Amino acid sequence: MEKVIVDCSTGEQTVLPLTAEEIAELEAAAVAAAEAQAAEQAAAQAKADAKASAEAKLAALGLTADEIAALN
Amino acid sequence: MANTYTLIASNTLSTTAASVTFSSIPSTYTDLVLRMSARNDRAVTNGTLNLTINNLSTSIYSWTFLQGNGSAASSNRNSATTFLSDIPLVGSSATSNTFSSIEIYLPSYLASQNKPVGIFGVNETNATAIEMKANAGLIQSTAAIDRIDISNTSTFQFVSGSSFFLYGIKNS
Repeated sequence: MEKVIVDCSTGEQTVLPLTAEEIAELEAAAVAAAEAQAAEQAAAQAKADAKASAEAKLAALGLTADEIAALN
Repeated sequence: MANTYTLIASNTLSTTAASVTFSSIPSTYTDLVLRMSARNDRAVTNGTLNLTINNLSTSIYSWTFLQGNGSAASSNRNSATTFLSDIPLVGSSATSNTFSSIEIYLPSYLASQNKPVGIFGVNETNATAIEMKANAGLIQSTAAIDRIDISNTSTFQFVSGSSFFLYGIKNS
């Protein structure tokens, strides 16, 4: 695997092989990004679930849909 | 209002590459624009490429995106990540020889303030379920931008023919 570097001050273009460390960093970054995205999606889902639960409880207390919507 | 639009540097790949770097970016412009026509070898139709500045891979990148493919639309936000992502990139499952068209706008890249990033990209394939994506990013770094790295997720690679153009814009 190679990387391309374009030096904007000279226009020189260099092609270099990726080091083992760089490949490992790429793989680790991909894993970390996937984990972070999953965590954010889980947090968003938990928030949506809590909102739905709260609205259901308010409805059980007798609030109308319009009244619940007015609280948002 | 910008009244110049100058090509700083470009590269069209003649073989595969894991990343493309623009280094020693001159500090003589007001804004930067990076335009790309790219595709990688990942076995998906709609993938993503990643961007970092100044060789920084700490948790300073965040973005909100909107995406749609004609049958579904969604939005999401990611924060405190080590690169800016969710930038559209077609993979090897897309129709052969189709590429993504992407523009990345970096206003006030020399200013001593956090750096906003505007991104718009569309994928291309001669089939259904292709997507477009708009992305509002923020890079929490006050340093002037003198380097941009465009890379793939994991060890996937840009294919030959992918092209990258960096422009400088002046406001006077």
